[in-house]
Amino acid sequence: MTNDLDIFVGNTTLIDEEVYQLWLDGYSVSEAVSQRLRAGALEQPGAGPGAGPGAVLHSDTLDHYRTCHMLERLLHAPPKLAHQLLFQIPPERQAGLIQRYYAFDEPFVRELLGKKLSKGTKKDLDDVSAKTGITLKSCRRQFDNFKRVFKAVEELRGPLVDNIQQHFLLPDRLARDYAAIVFFANSRFETGKKKLQYLSFRDFAACAQHLIQHWTLGAVDSHVDDMDVDLDKEFLQELKELKVLVADKDLLDQHKSLVCTALRGKISVYNEMETNFKNLSRGLVNIACKLTHAKDLRDFFVDLVEKFIEPCKADRWPPSDMRLFLTQYTGSAHALDAFRHQALWDRYMNTVTACLLQMYHD
Amino acid sequence: MPGKLKVKIVAGRHLPVMDRASDLTDAFVEVKFGNTTFKTDVYPKSLNPQWNSEWFKFEVDDEELQDEPLQITVLDHDTYSANDAIGKVYIDIDPLLYSEAATVISGWFPIYDTIHGIRGEINVVVKVDLFNDLNRFRQSSCGVKFFCTTSIPKCYRAVVIHGFVEELVVNEDPEYQWIDRIRTPRASNEARQRLISLMSGELQRKIGLKVLEMRGNAVVGYLQCFDLEGESGLVVRAIGTACTLDKLSSTSAFLPACNSPSKEMKEIPFNEDPNPNTHSSGPSTPLKNQTYSFSPSKSYSRQSSSSDTDLSLTPKTGMGSGSAGKEGGPFKALLRQQTQSALEQREFPFFTLTSFPPGFLVHVGGVVSARSVKLLDRIHNPDEPETRDAWWAEIRQEIKSHAKALGCHAVVGYSESTSICEEVCILSASGTAAVLNPRFLQDGTMEGCLDQRIEETSPAGCGFCHIPYDELNMPFPAHLTYCYNCRKQKVPDVLFTTIDLPVEAMVIGKGCLIQARLCRLKKKAQAEANATVISNLLPFMEYEVHTQLMNKLKLRGMNALFGLRIQISVGENMLVGLASATGVYLTALPTPGGIQIAGKTPNDGTYEQHISHMQKKINDTIAKNKEIYEINPPEIPEEIIGSPIPEPRQRSKLLRSQSESSDEVTELDLSHGKKDAFVLEIDDTDAMEDVHSLLTDAPPPPGFYSCNTEIMPGINNWTPEIQMFTSVRVSRLSNITLTNQMLNKNFNDLCENLLKSLYFKLRSMIPCCLCHVNFTVALPEDELIQVAVTAVAITFDKNQALQTSKVPAEKSLQRASTDNEEQLQFPLELCSDPLASQPFSPAKEVLESASSHTGIPAAQRVASLDKASPLAEGHARHRSVPCSTNSTVTVVKMTPLSFIPGAKITKYLGIINMFFIRETTSLREEGGVSGFLHAFIAEVFAMVRAHVAALGGNAVVSYIMKQCVFMENPNKNQAQCLVNVSGDAVIFVRESELEMVPVQSSTVISQPTSAGGDVTT
Repeated sequence: MTNDLDIFVGNTTLIDEEVYQLWLDGYSVSEAVSQRLRAGALEQPGAGPGAGPGAVLHSDTLDHYRTCHMLERLLHAPPKLAHQLLFQIPPERQAGLIQRYYAFDEPFVRELLGKKLSKGTKKDLDDVSAKTGITLKSCRRQFDNFKRVFKAVEELRGPLVDNIQQHFLLPDRLARDYAAIVFFANSRFETGKKKLQYLSFRDFAACAQHLIQHWTLGAVDSHVDDMDVDLDKEFLQELKELKVLVADKDLLDQHKSLVCTALRGKISVYNEMETNFKNLSRGLVNIACKLTHAKDLRDFFVDLVEKFIEPCKADRWPPSDMRLFLTQYTGSAHALDAFRHQALWDRYMNTVTACLLQMYHD
Repeated sequence: MPGKLKVKIVAGRHLPVMDRASDLTDAFVEVKFGNTTFKTDVYPKSLNPQWNSEWFKFEVDDEELQDEPLQITVLDHDTYSANDAIGKVYIDIDPLLYSEAATVISGWFPIYDTIHGIRGEINVVVKVDLFNDLNRFRQSSCGVKFFCTTSIPKCYRAVVIHGFVEELVVNEDPEYQWIDRIRTPRASNEARQRLISLMSGELQRKIGLKVLEMRGNAVVGYLQCFDLEGESGLVVRAIGTACTLDKLSSTSAFLPACNSPSKEMKEIPFNEDPNPNTHSSGPSTPLKNQTYSFSPSKSYSRQSSSSDTDLSLTPKTGMGSGSAGKEGGPFKALLRQQTQSALEQREFPFFTLTSFPPGFLVHVGGVVSARSVKLLDRIHNPDEPETRDAWWAEIRQEIKSHAKALGCHAVVGYSESTSICEEVCILSASGTAAVLNPRFLQDGTMEGCLDQRIEETSPAGCGFCHIPYDELNMPFPAHLTYCYNCRKQKVPDVLFTTIDLPVEAMVIGKGCLIQARLCRLKKKAQAEANATVISNLLPFMEYEVHTQLMNKLKLRGMNALFGLRIQISVGENMLVGLASATGVYLTALPTPGGIQIAGKTPNDGTYEQHISHMQKKINDTIAKNKEIYEINPPEIPEEIIGSPIPEPRQRSKLLRSQSESSDEVTELDLSHGKKDAFVLEIDDTDAMEDVHSLLTDAPPPPGFYSCNTEIMPGINNWTPEIQMFTSVRVSRLSNITLTNQMLNKNFNDLCENLLKSLYFKLRSMIPCCLCHVNFTVALPEDELIQVAVTAVAITFDKNQALQTSKVPAEKSLQRASTDNEEQLQFPLELCSDPLASQPFSPAKEVLESASSHTGIPAAQRVASLDKASPLAEGHARHRSVPCSTNSTVTVVKMTPLSFIPGAKITKYLGIINMFFIRETTSLREEGGVSGFLHAFIAEVFAMVRAHVAALGGNAVVSYIMKQCVFMENPNKNQAQCLVNVSGDAVIFVRESELEMVPVQSSTVISQPTSAGGDVTT
């Protein structure tokens, strides 16, 4: 005897948290059933004695999966969930469903960061799936989430995070993460190079937040389209003015001596710093000067690692020393009489400092 | 011309994309009532159109207002081709036609299409201006209130309960009518939906007219059903109980504190307090001091009394009790008053109610039922539905005569149903024979008998169990004993009823859902031959169902069944019987004996061993069940101190010895000449199977209870969390040669597994009780069995449950006038703190006792309470409510029960009665049959909720899914489903909120919006 049809519909839509997660993780019904069996679902109260092995679970899982499928359409536009009449779900449960649906696996997003959210990328997801061990189904859902959020906020006015929160009803932190993903996808920063492999999504998300806050159009004017997505072109253009710091030999020497005086006896890698100062300074200023070129902009993080982090790592700078150095390096430039781009310098260096400190680890 | 209907189309949202090119829709709306149609402008290129139309006004007479539904069709404008329909909304405007219900219908309605389901929503406002029409010969019955609830609705008082009303209308089914023409299924399904809407309006109007004729103003327990007779047509029929109801708030003299929650507590059915002192709202059971002696009708015979045709078969079922006995003699002279006169004037003294005002029910005789097999023929003239009328009249007549045979003049808990397969139809009716108190049945008697007390012989807690029939002329063999409660009257050993457990009934332990399940193979046959085959099978099925019920009841150590509902469905090649009831242990009835197995071949050693092994298993099960359901009846003490009658003393010893012997069922005292234990004779393998199947019913897992009645005996501390659900399963029987046994096993497994699944699904609600578990079974095709369940899971407080379950036991101990301190100590200790025992009531109890001491009039009492209550906080809380509702959809609770735990129903907004058809031609794409039906049921819920919310309500009570007809054709990738649901739309207010703002309770009633919001918090 087989059940042709087997459904359960509650007036309040019941969604088992555990099954919802299994569904989100892209498991098939039978995989989900065996996972639940392993997790001891039948030993829970209510399972009752003599429940046919897995039959109850199978029926229950199928039922939840169907509900999830029906809900998915609404989850694509979360504000609809609050106004639709089909499923009666308490508001706090709605929020939870949305949050879990838009949550992503960091290893997965790390792979995708900075890539164009195109059909081509979607086709290659099976590689990502194989590499990360995340089911292809789940990869696709996460990819579609990124793309959906990207499309929705791409051409909106106002702060990126606010827009994401408004259109997808996500909690603050998740909205910030999505802002970072959108930002990376839009600027197409290179993150896949071998040198950058040690960096996590969290590192990049933090950097993205600094970049959005200080380097985009939104940092100066909060009433333009794409204000948080595109970098401030004018600012990037102006950065070329910083060249003088390394091009002018006097200025470079003066800068070095100011920094050395301030740091003498305060950092453990003083000698290494002194020998390397000109290289490091040249590295940082050159990065700034090249940001107008699209190619170099994409390599921003690669350059930071190559030109600054790797030399420091080679000399075993402790992070605290790097912090001190960067603070002094930024601050000392104000004391250079011949250097007139103080505001520009600060806007550049504060963000770069924040990024470098975030990225400086093993 | 007494009515003006006004409709305004405000806006739409979430519309589907109708124009692929632009990804947008050019929507407009047609509003149709009767033969008049209005249209809105086209709102171009939007999925969220804002029509904001003028008021469309329909000037119609009230007959039309009652019959016609308001039809709203949303269309996509197309310049070049025909406009595409997006979907429709049918709005029943009946709730607007009586003053006490809703005043406006306003809200978002799902736009429904039979193929695509819900496609967006539309915001509509509907109003009715009614002009008074004093024409006595009018055809309308505006103003008659309808309730699905099978008890007197919570905020009303029954002045008179007039009795049975019925009506049926027939028509040709558009599905079949146009079958020959080229016509899409969608068109015929829409025609069907429209027609049924129209027919139910007409039916309701006609019933209303009958009520007005009886000088009533309401129909309670209104049950409307559709018979899809296929080619022979479509029948819509309804039954109900006509009443004159009085809104409680308007009769302040009778119930001064109707707005005060303190009184309300007494009316809540689950507050099961057997202490008669608390029934302050009315005299317990006054009767006129007239007597009559009952003599059973001599013409009564066990044979079918309907002698209509050879096809009509009506097995007699007086399910009163089991084993034989002739003990007692003419001890009891049945004192009765002249209820007869009031009832005998009526053609059918039937009541569709299942629970009654205190004192209404005097005695209960047992279940009466009748079935009849009919051959359907084409309905030639829809205006003369006489054939169908005659069929039902015949059955009702038979029910009436069965009731008479049981010494009863009325039938309560009455219901009717049909099962149709091809051209054969089984009509069934059942109810509970009863003797009623005339107080509620006649006009003007109310005041006169207020002060009269019922005779001493019928104490409130057990009176209804006392036999109404003459024990010398018993209609069936029964085993009578003296009532274990009052010891004055005779009671049967087992009581079967179709009603809810009376509030005053005294029960030990908890109840449980008991089901009898049965399949019988039937030869395929045509027409008359088929009907004859079915007729011949029916009595055997009835008998077996009865036996199963009896055995399962004994197995649980219980002695009474409530809410019994036996459904027999007919299919092509089999019959299925499913009986559900709630078993309880009534203290008034004797302790049931065990089950004794007797083998036929006593000389076979191994066989004996096997038998004794089984016997042990059965005994173990009984013991275990007694533990699970907390059935620990008090031992009848040797000395009954203070017993009202000295005579039964000797008898009580006798009774005691019986009840003791029942504990040791292996010992049979044959010298008594009768068997205390129920004997199962195992004479062949079939019987063996039966015994095995007895033991396969698994008890619900710990933390769960289930019943099919409104309330669960032994649990009365519900917490407010409820979850109503519908579950449907269709099972395909394997193709191997089918035998009755295989079928039985499969069917049994299907039901058991379904229950198991429900328990698992709802495990997060533990401890909880599944109430009003309503199984329906159908045989849609060869080898397919469909079972649908609708029920509500209600959580309760476990700790207090333990305590309260002791209370009745303790009370009954007191009643048995023991003062065995050892036994009483434990329960008394637990009861000593009334505050802990009733979660919602402490404040009220204090309040009530205070007021009753000081004797402050109600108005002042409220005022003083006003001062005492944390008013500022209460106001603040109330104000904050509406703001939170702005963003989200109103939460609408649904329940098959007539009440909402922890809440007070403040207003009934009208009846919800909806019929939907859904079809698909892309079954696989929609997730197969399960996906299709899952979505459909969810849509049905959504549409019910939307209608309730638009009426200003926040719950639907007495919800029932009356029909769920599912058909599939997997080869063609098609499926179709028809669903019919009904219920009462209400506004409820949480009791906690009433407590917070007691003075505001009256304003809350008049403000649906603020009340509607409270559930979202």
